[in-house]
Amino acid sequence: MRSVLAADGATATVGSPAINISIFGVFVLVTLVITFRASRNNKSAADYYAAGRNISGTQNGLAIAGDYLSAASFLGIAGAIAVYGYDGFLYSIGFLVAWLVALLLVAELMRNTARYTMADVLAFRMRQGPVRTAAAISTLAVSLFYLLAQMAGAGGLVTLLLGVTGEAAQALVVVLVGALMIIYVLVGGMRGTTYVQIIKATLLIAGALVMTVWVLALYGFNLSALLGDSVANAVEGRDVLAPGAQYGATSISKLDFVSLGLALVFGTAGLPHVLMRFYTVPTAKDARRSVVWAIWLIGIFYLFSLVIGYGAGALVGPETILGAPGAVNSAAPLLAFELGGTVLLGIIAGVAFATILAVVAGLTITASASFAHDVYASVIKKGKVSPNGEVKVARITAVVIGAVSIGLGILALQAGLNIAFLVALAFAVAASANLPTILYTLFWKRFTTQGALWSMYGGLIACIVLIVFSPVVSGAPVNPATGLSPSLFQDVDFHWFPLNNPGIVSIPLSFFLGWLGTILSKEKPDLDKNAELEVRSLTGIGAEKAVQH
Amino acid sequence: MTPPAERRLLTPEEYRQAQDSPEFTELRRRFRRFAFPMTVAFLAWYLLYVLLSTYAPDFMATPVFGNVNVGILLGLGQFVSTFVITHLYVAHANRRTDPISDEMRERLEHHDYAPSARGTTGGTDLGKGGATRA
Repeated sequence: MRSVLAADGATATVGSPAINISIFGVFVLVTLVITFRASRNNKSAADYYAAGRNISGTQNGLAIAGDYLSAASFLGIAGAIAVYGYDGFLYSIGFLVAWLVALLLVAELMRNTARYTMADVLAFRMRQGPVRTAAAISTLAVSLFYLLAQMAGAGGLVTLLLGVTGEAAQALVVVLVGALMIIYVLVGGMRGTTYVQIIKATLLIAGALVMTVWVLALYGFNLSALLGDSVANAVEGRDVLAPGAQYGATSISKLDFVSLGLALVFGTAGLPHVLMRFYTVPTAKDARRSVVWAIWLIGIFYLFSLVIGYGAGALVGPETILGAPGAVNSAAPLLAFELGGTVLLGIIAGVAFATILAVVAGLTITASASFAHDVYASVIKKGKVSPNGEVKVARITAVVIGAVSIGLGILALQAGLNIAFLVALAFAVAASANLPTILYTLFWKRFTTQGALWSMYGGLIACIVLIVFSPVVSGAPVNPATGLSPSLFQDVDFHWFPLNNPGIVSIPLSFFLGWLGTILSKEKPDLDKNAELEVRSLTGIGAEKAVQH
Repeated sequence: MTPPAERRLLTPEEYRQAQDSPEFTELRRRFRRFAFPMTVAFLAWYLLYVLLSTYAPDFMATPVFGNVNVGILLGLGQFVSTFVITHLYVAHANRRTDPISDEMRERLEHHDYAPSARGTTGGTDLGKGGATRA
């Protein structure tokens, strides 16, 4: 990376913070009103966890897009394309193709067999206690990693969009985001969260559409001309149309990208907050319909990102982007300012905040459901708890998780820790600890409790150990431009695993452990339960029905 | 809570019978014969694309027309293939698997797979015997 960047005006904020704040304020107000109205129908556990299973396929498709398209997708991918070109695009493709795993192998079968959580399926034909505990630990780990990354992102975004710097302001924003997230989840439950996600997805996709058409119109709808301009503006000596600018430096970084690509494509269908969205629709057919909608929306959104990214590269230029506060993440907001001035910037900034809110709310409700339903009700109380008692625990858990993530988010910001890697880690854990077990459970008759435990704990532990001893945590070479190492900890080096992404090791390992644990276990697979699971998953008999209000 | 009282639960025997039935074998075969090869295919195509991007950047940079190169076309090809597979899967499910699963669900609800499937309406004995809800 070149160091000419911070030459001039690095602290100036573009646009008007007042407009940015008021547009975000309107979003918050509207979603709060809707959340409170949605809360009137929140009576039962099925309402709180699964929105009464009354969400239509189309609505759920939008909500999935709202849940999935995080600020990292919006700001991060557009920014990566603007600065590194092709490699940013490469990133978005993994995020999209992954949905085919969910569509073909997971969504409908999970909808048919689970009630509220991933563990409902994983523990179906196994010993309940141990499997539910393992699934809950993995769910909480994935949710918390993802949540923390979003919280820290919100703190960083505020510097960029509201023109405030300083630890107090960032901490205030993290508290605000956390508090709103707790309110959405406590008051609205899954229904309120769903509406927030639907509104956010609509705004996000509409905003991206406007910017895309605007950029293309400037180039007479000639993609080649746009690409040509972004080449002309690129950082010297960098071919933004060819792969390799970001990942192609060394053989290690190439392998690292392959590893990331595997985690993305196998992780999505194992993300607990994505799985939980499948339980909000009345039938498996609606689950299918929602994934189809989600694939179209997410795919089109990433195509927009391609234009927005190259547009930002061409019209704003990578040097200006890297010099702005927020660096790569500022590409889309700067392009919005370039195109539509303070108003469009305000809208895009508001949408970016809305994005974070919707994602964190989805994560919180998933984590709280997993703790209350799997750990508290099934393991601690052995199923002897009223549904209302369970929901009460879920609500308390949501507050605790909110408070913990606010606290850790502020700590990370104050310590200046770079925790963006947590998103990739969440995908890696989902791909290693969750997906192999889900696939074995659904498709392998002989799979046993021991196999499930080995695969889940093996995948989870492998991911965390490999990350701790990777350059992400210590020992990455110091960046001459900033004088800092991109590692979590400066000035120490205890890494021995060369890659930043553990997937290429942990995913095959988890599949292997699931197989090994099964063939080595003395436990006989429960053939009755297997018959029930298989018949239910493919026919939908006995599936939880929608709640009538 | 939705009270499960209105539907009588299925017994393990019924599930075993249903699982062994020829129509279920056919349903499973149709589902797997589409989903499994297709999964292998799109994963291989995605992996090929990732490997080409990381290990053959010069090939990907080959211009095709204007500033558009092989890499961009293959990348857009991933989008197209994802949309096409989505469409194919929905068509397959609607035509090939949904009819069987709808019919089987109907029959299961009427306890057609019970070993003593005659005049069992209102019977309570079958509802116990280890039948469980997830």
